[in-house]
Amino acid sequence: MIVIFKFLIGLFVLSGALLSLVTAFGLLRLPDVYTRNHAASKSATMGVMLVLLGALLYAYLDTGHFHSRLLLGIAFIFMTSPVSGHLISRAAYNSGVKLWGNSVRDDLAKQRKKTANTR
Amino acid sequence: MKTNDIILQTVTKVTLFVIILFSIYLFFTGHYHPGGGFIGGLMSSGAIVLLLLAYDIKTVTAILPVDYKKMIGAGLLFSAGTGTGALIAGKPFLTHAYTYVSLPLLGKTSLHTAVLFDTGVFLVVIGVTMTIIQTIGESE
Repeated sequence: MIVIFKFLIGLFVLSGALLSLVTAFGLLRLPDVYTRNHAASKSATMGVMLVLLGALLYAYLDTGHFHSRLLLGIAFIFMTSPVSGHLISRAAYNSGVKLWGNSVRDDLAKQRKKTANTR
Repeated sequence: MKTNDIILQTVTKVTLFVIILFSIYLFFTGHYHPGGGFIGGLMSSGAIVLLLLAYDIKTVTAILPVDYKKMIGAGLLFSAGTGTGALIAGKPFLTHAYTYVSLPLLGKTSLHTAVLFDTGVFLVVIGVTMTIIQTIGESE
């Protein structure tokens, strides 16, 4: 295996693991559901995608097997993980979970009030 | 208030085919790699469950007009049929036969009657899972 690719794979896997760690810290430290969801759905997606990319490159360069399942997994996670974040966040909003006390904007509430008045 | 599920429905339309393809891949790869009828059937029914989550039950039955109870019966018939096929050929029950065929596009391929048995498992797993989920979902 070429040395530069060894370092590249190490970079991919380590940065993916680091992003997953950042996700875990975000889930512990952030104040309300929406900010936690922001941390979880963004950085976890990228972290998992980077780890899978590292695994794909490693398997290809080490054994010569191109695992298209990993590529499919990367595409699948990229498509579905933000949508699940969106759905969890929306379910939380619709069931009346309050925003963090220091938040200043809630455009959806304004929009909801406007449509409720016109009806 | 009518909920607007356009993001979920659009993503479902795209990912459904990926899941179905992966389940078919798992089904056919079962002889040489991890996979097989059980996990393939579960993943197929998972795709149908995703469709059920994104749309309502009427739409899904319009898209897939399948009676899942009959699917269980067909699957059991497949599995029992491969067993009795061996009996008809004068071998013990569930003896499987295989042959190597060179197909035009796929090259050297082994055709094995265990695939027919696995088809039975596949159909039964889809049928049982979807029957359970639909009966729970329909009861008020």
